Amino acid sequence: MTQPNKVLATFQVNGEPHEVAFLPHKTLLEVLREEMDLTGTKHGCELGECGTCTVQIDGTPVLSCLVLAVDAVGKDVQTVEGLAQGAELNPLQHCMADLGAAQCGYCTPGVLMAADALLRDNPKPTRDEIKEALAGNLCRCTGYIKIFEAVELAAARMRGEDAQPSKESIYGS
Amino acid sequence: MVLDDPKSAPATREDAPWQHDKKKEDLKHIGKPIRKVDARSKVAGLTRFADDLRLPRMLHMKLLRSTMAHAEIVSIDTSKAAALPGVKGILTGKDMPTPFGILPVSQDEHALCPDKVRFVGDPVVAIAATEEETAWDACRLVDVQYRELQTVGSVHEAAGTNDPRLHDYGVRGNIHRLENLEFGDLADGFNRAEHIREDTFWFEGNTHLPMEQHATLAHFDRDGKLTVWSSTQTPHYLHRALARVLAPLPAHKIRVIAVQNGGGFGGKSDPFNHEICAAKMSMLTGRPVKIALTREEVFWCHRGRHPVLMRSKIGVTKTGRITALDFHSFLDGGAYGSYGTASTFYTGALQTVTYAVENYHFRGARFFTNKAPCGPKRGHGTPQPRFALEVQLDKIACDLGLDPAQMRLDNLAPRDSLTANFLRIGSMGLGACIEKVVEGSGWKERRGKREVTKDGRIRGLGLACSSYLSGAGLPIYWNGLPHSGVQLQLDRSGLVTAFCGSTDIGQGSDSILGWIIGEVLGIDPLGIKVVTADTDLTPVDLGSYSSRVTVMTGNAAMQAAERARDLLAKGVAKKLEVPASRLVFADERVFDAEDPQKGMSFQDAVICTEAQFGTIGTVGSYTPPKSAAKFRGGGVGPSPSYSYSAAVVEVEVDPETGIYRVPKVWMAHDIGRALNAAVAMGQIEGSIYMGLGEAMMEEMAYRDRSHKGKRVFVHKIPSLLEYKSPSACEMPECVTYVIEDPDKNGPFGAKEVGQGPLLPMMPAVANAIFDAVGVRVDENPVSFEKVFAALQAQKAGKEARFGPANDDTGVPVVDFGEPLQIKTPWQGGDGTAHNDPHRTKKAAK
Amino acid sequence: MLRLPTFSYHRPKSAALAVQLKQQHGREAMFVAGGTDLYPNMKRRQQTPTQVISLQDVPELHQLEVLPDGRLQIGAMVTLSTLEHYPTLKLHYPGLQHAIREISTPLLRNMGTLGGNLLLDTRCTYYDQTHEWRESIDFCMKSKAESICWVAPGSPRCWAVQSSDSVPVVCAMEAEVELAGADGTRTLTADALYNDDGIQYLTKKPEELLTRITLPASGGWKASYLKLRRRDTYDFPVLGVGACLWFDGDGVVTKANIRLGGAGSYAIPATQSEQLLVGSKLTDELIAAAGTAAMKPARTMDNTDLDVYWRKKVAPVFVARAIAACK
Repeated sequence: MTQPNKVLATFQVNGEPHEVAFLPHKTLLEVLREEMDLTGTKHGCELGECGTCTVQIDGTPVLSCLVLAVDAVGKDVQTVEGLAQGAELNPLQHCMADLGAAQCGYCTPGVLMAADALLRDNPKPTRDEIKEALAGNLCRCTGYIKIFEAVELAAARMRGEDAQPSKESIYGS
Repeated sequence: MVLDDPKSAPATREDAPWQHDKKKEDLKHIGKPIRKVDARSKVAGLTRFADDLRLPRMLHMKLLRSTMAHAEIVSIDTSKAAALPGVKGILTGKDMPTPFGILPVSQDEHALCPDKVRFVGDPVVAIAATEEETAWDACRLVDVQYRELQTVGSVHEAAGTNDPRLHDYGVRGNIHRLENLEFGDLADGFNRAEHIREDTFWFEGNTHLPMEQHATLAHFDRDGKLTVWSSTQTPHYLHRALARVLAPLPAHKIRVIAVQNGGGFGGKSDPFNHEICAAKMSMLTGRPVKIALTREEVFWCHRGRHPVLMRSKIGVTKTGRITALDFHSFLDGGAYGSYGTASTFYTGALQTVTYAVENYHFRGARFFTNKAPCGPKRGHGTPQPRFALEVQLDKIACDLGLDPAQMRLDNLAPRDSLTANFLRIGSMGLGACIEKVVEGSGWKERRGKREVTKDGRIRGLGLACSSYLSGAGLPIYWNGLPHSGVQLQLDRSGLVTAFCGSTDIGQGSDSILGWIIGEVLGIDPLGIKVVTADTDLTPVDLGSYSSRVTVMTGNAAMQAAERARDLLAKGVAKKLEVPASRLVFADERVFDAEDPQKGMSFQDAVICTEAQFGTIGTVGSYTPPKSAAKFRGGGVGPSPSYSYSAAVVEVEVDPETGIYRVPKVWMAHDIGRALNAAVAMGQIEGSIYMGLGEAMMEEMAYRDRSHKGKRVFVHKIPSLLEYKSPSACEMPECVTYVIEDPDKNGPFGAKEVGQGPLLPMMPAVANAIFDAVGVRVDENPVSFEKVFAALQAQKAGKEARFGPANDDTGVPVVDFGEPLQIKTPWQGGDGTAHNDPHRTKKAAK
Repeated sequence: MLRLPTFSYHRPKSAALAVQLKQQHGREAMFVAGGTDLYPNMKRRQQTPTQVISLQDVPELHQLEVLPDGRLQIGAMVTLSTLEHYPTLKLHYPGLQHAIREISTPLLRNMGTLGGNLLLDTRCTYYDQTHEWRESIDFCMKSKAESICWVAPGSPRCWAVQSSDSVPVVCAMEAEVELAGADGTRTLTADALYNDDGIQYLTKKPEELLTRITLPASGGWKASYLKLRRRDTYDFPVLGVGACLWFDGDGVVTKANIRLGGAGSYAIPATQSEQLLVGSKLTDELIAAAGTAAMKPARTMDNTDLDVYWRKKVAPVFVARAIAACK
């Protein structure tokens, strides 16, 4: 068959327009990483089996490896690069960094995008609700515990509480 | 033997130069939960991994891999692929005829198979093109003709198949290695035993499954210099392999940069085909070449946990004291050597480090099979025998009516002692670990109670222990050089830059450099610049494997920092006219201990020292203490120190289906000293996680089907969906205890933490299942089906067990030959074998 | 990176246009709803349509409404997470809501649709593999007609497994599905949509488009779903029991539907179990007996996760528990 023509489109990514030409079979993952150089979004399987490539579209966390780029045109795409508020990391990022919730850091962007969406809908999630929200993000380093703790700490701080990590979570029991 | 004679303790330098006895309250940064040096970049998505790198004119490479498990290559026709528009380069085996391999004794791999393929996934052709899709399409146009050879699929098959051989080296047939080491007097040990057990265990292989798929970018520039960026844990070893295969390109024209690893766990510590092919392809095309593996290809790289069949005979007294241990291991090595020689020894070496074993006989055999090659995964070779030993001890405690925890406490190997196989134990906190988890879990009150949950599941508790090394005592290739080197540069701006070849794979080794140097120089660890894992810029560190970095890089960093401090003290002392010995380095200042007002900023200290002595740079390096083991094979097992862990695992078993969950884990780990509390916790929790995955579900299962004479033998499930890895939902609640028993060989007393706490998980799960429902699963993973099968056997009045045949038929018949006989330290042994003609001859020379 | 093969992409604005496009391109074209099943399959080159017809712009497929007679009508493109959080579903159809929550991961449910899940391709560990992997076994009949079925090499048919979580319960509930074709629409029971074949697992014509699912009005019956899998997320069912029981005022079972998903190429009715239940009140003994009777129809094969014999042996336990959940 003849090669289909490239699509020329403008994406709204992290609130900024990006004009890109790409083939219609390209996924959002490919276009973000390879056409916009937004390599913060990672990939671990490209089959929807790990959550590493999670981004938000119109606020909903989705797997960018299974979204056609063309279907994201005209929508609000958020990636890990857009989480920081200006020069400041957001509270979730701060807590993840401080607690060591990012070890190798490879699943981290996907985890952040899923957790960020959770905290927007649910400012005071229980541990079970956090588990449920992150049930699609595989992490092989942390055992998830520091991630759960970071989400809880960030949630508390975002609610305006002067929260600190527990002694047990840092020094053990 | 307890080392009461101080002269027999390691004394290569001064006896204890690493400040292990420094009081906690005197440490400013060490032990504190300082965030990692790269933590913020990681959460901002700014950390660049290998596949995130791009260069102008970069080509994309794909590998065409074998579709046959075992075959000779008859012909390769790449003409159609070459004609595809966009294809820029094609390589086959003949382009890189020099073999390589991580160990000098097994240089058995080729960048591309020249004449024979040994597993489905073995690479045959490399193609580079302007687009990755084009390279993939081009691979489909290559015609490879194979002549199929008989497949060798297991240790049993390998033991029974002399021909065809996978390799033309090794012991004989498809036996890669045979080891036979006898320490002490086994007959006497068993004679004195009042209870003897023999059990057979099987531990299926599993893999690292790092979230990042391996990737490499290579650029051979117009000045004739090659740079390779790769997700590797061992840039130094990759550097050596590249120099070997790409000769005559000299090593000094090759630069390897280990990019931030997206998880390693041992899976990125061999030099890999794709790395060498990318380099060669860049030399061929004159353009940068990138290869990013697919998830399936990561399974082909593997080098994960060996499947091991084990037969263990143990003798104990009535009170459970071990008098003799006779241990056989049969390793399914897969298609290549990899680290397999070391792996084989590791299935025997550390059995003596937790519990005192008076007499010990170890026999290990590694076989070649047509599977993706096995190698080192977190715990390298030791989790399998640990599973066997810890389950067997649980059975013995049950046989003798003893508390398994108390029985272990009664058997502890003494601190500051030599084991039967001449491993030198230093600090030893296993007793404290056991006590902690016993107390925390309510072991004494809750064990054996078989509480029933609301949904009809039965609770059980299981306990297991382990030990792991803090770095291998010997390098991969023989040399007398340091294992780790650190260079410090002190700039007039006050900046301290640390250069070191060590590689951060997420465990935080870059940060270790900062914390230690910051502590010694009294400056903010996060202000220190760390440059690592670049063979052009950084002194050699052997790599991130065998839990060696904290101790070895840490000691090298401490030495470099102390030298810098001494130099600065000299400079400042002159300027302030106070004795150098009185100067204190703290809070970014250098000042007089007797008059703290008298001093200067750290930056001024650097400036005044530079003014006196010129540009400031110091170096530090570390070589582990000499081993007490001098027998052949004694090179695997020695370590500067050993970490210890104990775990209690709680399970809830559905007696109708065998399905169980793990709601809670108590883990105590003797880390020597935690250099950073939060990061150490993360390593322990991560180990619990990975151990839980191994215990419950992870396995490298193979499809083995035959149809009309064709045997299909291929990894059953090379995907993130079907290779089961625990999700957030499976992670239990963890109660973690950090036990600090400082060891004099580690920086500030630190020992390893990244691997040890994984080991007790698998046997603790198996033991907990027994506590809950009274059945034994002598196989790992302890999967639902096996628990169910054992429950069925129990119901039918048969032995309530699932596992390999528990007699001589369960293991292959292998002639191990005569053992090397080594007298134990308490028999007056000197660490040599008295019947080793090879060594005796060498010594005579 | 695994990438999609090249294709042309269409986003028709109506069901009729979608059907027309499909007719026009025939076998070269495939419909896509959420993409969570098709795109992975395409990346593995199991399916390589050159024309992909997305249904996202067809407004009627996104409708979700309670009909005047109390039935719930769900457009095929309604996402799984929308349904999972839809109060009416939680309230009146907890069995189906539970089944939907059990599908894969929350991320995937944000993308996947009920229509897509009902039409989920049958799965098999010899089939759901990359092109390269399947080359190593010289493919199977689901990939290549002239090849064998590796699960049962002597078999003339394909044994790929029905792996949708929603199908067993939707079938047990006697939901109806609406198909739009070239000649208008037709409605059939969910059961009638499926064939006992791993390749031709659907009865619908290729150009027919699943437009909506209609659930019966609540009252007088109760449905449940119980799933067997390794992990509490990600995994497809290797056994998924959908049960729906109708009761009279005294608690006597007047009708029973039990479907075994993940146990064959379609959601298999456990007829004997159903017959045992009808006419009696649910007692522990009866439930256990009905469970045991479900062992026979389960046709588990060694082509999914977990041991084949074990899956068959625990099927009765799962069936009994699914029935008990309808109490």
